[in-house]
Amino acid sequence: MKVSLSWLKEYVEVNLPTEDLADALTMAGLEVDSVEDRYDYLHSVLVARVTAVNPHPNADRLTCCDIDLGDRTTTVVCGAPNVQPGMLSPCALPGTMLPDGRTISAGIIRGETSDGMLCSALELALGDDAAGIMALAADLEPGTPLNRALKLSDPVFEIDLTPNRPDCLSIIGVAREVAAFQGTRVRYPQPEEPATSGSITDQTSVEIMDPDLCPRYTARLILDIEVAPSPFWLRDRLLSVGLKPISNIVDITNFVMLESGQPLHAFDFDQLVENRIVVRAADAGETFTTLDEKERSMPQNALMICDGEKAVGIGGVMGGLNSEIEPDTRRVLLESACFNPISIRKTAKETGLNTDASHRFERGVDPAGTVLALNRAAYLIAELGGGHLVGGTIDENPHPYEQQTIALSVTATNRRLGTDLSADQIMAYLAAIEFEASTVDPEVLSVQPPSCRVDVTRPEDLSEEIARLYGYNNISTTFPLVPAEGRRPEPVRVLRDRIRSFMTGHGFSETVNYSFIGSDFAGHLGLPEDDARRASVPILNPISEDQAVMRTTLVPGLLETMHRNLAVQNKTLRLYEVGNTFLATDRADSLPVEKEMLVALWTGQRSPFSWHGKVEDCDFFDIKGVAEALLENLGIQSAVFTRVPAKACDYTRPGASARVQLAGKTIGLLGEIAPAVLKQYDLKQGAFIMEFSVAALLEVGTEDIDARPIPKFPATTRDITLIIADSIESVNLTDFVEKLDETLAESVTIFDVYTGAPIEAGKKSVSIRITYRSATETLEDNAVNDLHTSISEKVINAFDAALPA
Amino acid sequence: MENSIEQIQDDGLAELETAADGDAVNEITVKYLGRKGIVTRFLRNISQLPPEERPAAGKQANLAKKALEKAASRALERIAALEAAAVDQLDVSLPGRPTNQGTLHPVTRITNEICGIFARLGFDIAEGPEIETDYYNFEALNIPKNHPARDMQDTFYISDNVVLRTHTSPTQPRVMEKQQPPVRIVAPGKVYRCDSDLTHTPMFHQVEGLLVDRNISFGDLKGVLTTFVHQMFDKQTSLRFRPSFFPFTEPSAEVDILCVMCRGKGCRVCSRTGWLEVLGSGMVHPAVFENVGYDTSKYTGFAFGMGVERIAMLKYGVDDIRKFFENDLRFLRQFRT
Repeated sequence: MKVSLSWLKEYVEVNLPTEDLADALTMAGLEVDSVEDRYDYLHSVLVARVTAVNPHPNADRLTCCDIDLGDRTTTVVCGAPNVQPGMLSPCALPGTMLPDGRTISAGIIRGETSDGMLCSALELALGDDAAGIMALAADLEPGTPLNRALKLSDPVFEIDLTPNRPDCLSIIGVAREVAAFQGTRVRYPQPEEPATSGSITDQTSVEIMDPDLCPRYTARLILDIEVAPSPFWLRDRLLSVGLKPISNIVDITNFVMLESGQPLHAFDFDQLVENRIVVRAADAGETFTTLDEKERSMPQNALMICDGEKAVGIGGVMGGLNSEIEPDTRRVLLESACFNPISIRKTAKETGLNTDASHRFERGVDPAGTVLALNRAAYLIAELGGGHLVGGTIDENPHPYEQQTIALSVTATNRRLGTDLSADQIMAYLAAIEFEASTVDPEVLSVQPPSCRVDVTRPEDLSEEIARLYGYNNISTTFPLVPAEGRRPEPVRVLRDRIRSFMTGHGFSETVNYSFIGSDFAGHLGLPEDDARRASVPILNPISEDQAVMRTTLVPGLLETMHRNLAVQNKTLRLYEVGNTFLATDRADSLPVEKEMLVALWTGQRSPFSWHGKVEDCDFFDIKGVAEALLENLGIQSAVFTRVPAKACDYTRPGASARVQLAGKTIGLLGEIAPAVLKQYDLKQGAFIMEFSVAALLEVGTEDIDARPIPKFPATTRDITLIIADSIESVNLTDFVEKLDETLAESVTIFDVYTGAPIEAGKKSVSIRITYRSATETLEDNAVNDLHTSISEKVINAFDAALPA
Repeated sequence: MENSIEQIQDDGLAELETAADGDAVNEITVKYLGRKGIVTRFLRNISQLPPEERPAAGKQANLAKKALEKAASRALERIAALEAAAVDQLDVSLPGRPTNQGTLHPVTRITNEICGIFARLGFDIAEGPEIETDYYNFEALNIPKNHPARDMQDTFYISDNVVLRTHTSPTQPRVMEKQQPPVRIVAPGKVYRCDSDLTHTPMFHQVEGLLVDRNISFGDLKGVLTTFVHQMFDKQTSLRFRPSFFPFTEPSAEVDILCVMCRGKGCRVCSRTGWLEVLGSGMVHPAVFENVGYDTSKYTGFAFGMGVERIAMLKYGVDDIRKFFENDLRFLRQFRT
């Protein structure tokens, strides 16, 4: 919403400097986005003295004028008949943009150089005179910018209105706010009715078929008008807020809308079949051609303004091409109506027509202002269009406006705001914005908001009015007195913090990727047809194709992040993300399942490049180490890592993929990204990932710590190296030893694995170390040796193992 | 006797103390304790003393001998240690063996900081779904269908009745439906709006706050948010409350803070206004309470919400919101833990 100071001053005295006015508006809840002077374009239009007028050698009607611009002289070509040596006139320098959109450029006009343009008042939008260049007062200083020379300044405030304040979608509405914070009054226009003849009811009628969509429709008729350009003052008002003047009739409807907030529409009365208006809902499949010459199909229940035969306008949105004001229009039917905001909003949305009218109607226009605006415009049309106003007004008002009354408790208001205002103070604040208030008893006020304040319906709404007039910043700062009680943090939040601190402490940097991904992700990852993660949730109105569905896995986001990083030479990455995935459900009425996941990705080197030895690339066992440490840290002890069968691998490489299982249930996945997937994401180096369901970790992890006594007696270790079939997974050896359940065998670990010569093909050498300890004594060597031999024999027998040669 | 045995001992000890190398120590040892050494000679000469002085002098001389022998071996150890150190000299200027330390995403850092401040004020932390029903995202918050307030947020739709939540505010009715006052929560999380440019990303993060009890006032809202801003930024960061509109609060206020870059002088970041809009807030609208079955005559409350990236940009001097989701390691690594 644009408001020029010059127009605003028409209705309210303004005693604040521009900057303070902008501030005060903002602090009243009418946020001023910017303030620009509408005469800024005159900065480069200078006062010029014409020093010589010479005939143009190649054109009879043109002259070549020498002009003095104060600090320099130059030449311009001029076509004005009134140019005289010695006169002062405005000269627009090259680069100036005139109000009609033309930009002045230096050039050669029929062979002669022209370094600017001497302008008429019309060209500068400073007056009506187009007959010749503007003659300026002789006492002006050549070279002075014209806005300074003529003291032209008119700040225009761009106000970002919140949707609850349609009353301020008008200059008078803003004036009302200015009057309130300045403590002054609004001067409302008091138009006087011109002489009328005849009676409107003899000549036309209005029939409302659907009163719910159109609670009120008023009309007046003006005859014998002449369509012409508006006078300067009217054009100037519209131009001051950036609206382009069109013709007197159209300009008047726009002027009154901007002044009062009530949208109006003027029909060419002679184009209305049967010279009458019918207001009805659109028929199914109805099409209509609007003023902008586009044929549109009407949504059902759109409100159509019709004549005796056909639609002539979309009520509250846009008029029709078939009844628009033409240069030869002689009789005008002027409409001022109230329309149902919801219906207007639906129609505007569905037709894509967001007009000044629909913008106001969908927010709510003043239901008591309909006739005021109608008359204001009708009188102006009669006056400026030279027409005759027909007597009387059509006012179809099936749902008359009812003044509402709100009971306001002084105590409750003060308690809500934290203030200590008296009933009188409250009444004074309300009176400043034209709310009528009276005391019912010392504690309760009866308040009647003005009809334009459609947003105020409850006592709490009044409390905001009181607070903003009192000043939000004058309300004292206090602290709530609340019970000192609290809840245990949600376990999942605690777990998430532990995961983050673990991952971060282990060199992984946290990422946050978009929750939406391209719909082709399932193919890119090679997910099988029946994979649950194919059930993604599509967005109906995505921003782009690569953000079309909600992610069902965090993997694509991390791979894309990897791709972006590789592109900028970040080649070693240890990244992770904790975030939701979204899985569609079959039931239409239920929300998708949100499943929180942890995914980590490691690519590039195992350790940073440095002088400390050779730097190697990371591998499967690096990411597995992280997974093991994480599980241990979360108190998860008996997880097993099992090979993913080749045919069950999707985005991880068969042979380098493991499931993390606990009691037969899979809680995570580890693996190397499959080469085909690397290719899909255009990744030129391998990567390893680790993936866990946060819910699964929450279920099996524990925060509890059960401290055990530290051993009193020393441990001793014994090693054994076995040659076994390559196909036996090493974990079988350690599991076997553990399951022997020898009390003295405290732990068992693998410390070497070797294949290749001299070990025969198909076999491998595995070395394990067993730690022996007694809880009650220091073990004797002989006892340990005997036990170790016995365990070793069992292992050899169980795995058909050989000892190294 | 030229010198007392005490004097001889002190001289010897002093010489050993400053001996620079093994040879020097050996020379000193010979000088005092050798066959013709000073102490040896002293011992030999005891027989020339009067008989009654002999035992004491003998004892004294033996003590001196032992002290010097001990000092000599200490001096040798000291010299050996020095020599060893010279051989094992490290180039301490070389970089140490690198360790691995990751970083928290700036959004996580700021979210934790915000939630931490409110947790200290007694707020619990609540969460809600990111894909929301139209009811919780809009209607329960007094934003009916076809209300112009819906234009304030460009919404991603999943279906007619399911949306990507446009704010964390749906957590308010979700919590209130399950819990009677007093309610004190903050709700962090991802939110989505159909908007993408230099200052908007289609996904970002918010923290929502809600406090409901008897006798909660707008003044209390001001108090709690002032405390928050002073902890998040500093005590010099003053606040300005400005009337605004949110359908689920009445009165509603935008909260501006004094520009943290220019301290109110006016700069590019604050568009030369000296103020930065960082929070939306207000007293909970009675319609919201009615929707969750709270008694509006008994309870009042306030709610507020803020954008996490917005605060992160101000705290860390990030000028492009898209950086948060590009996850360039060089960006991420700056947010050390």
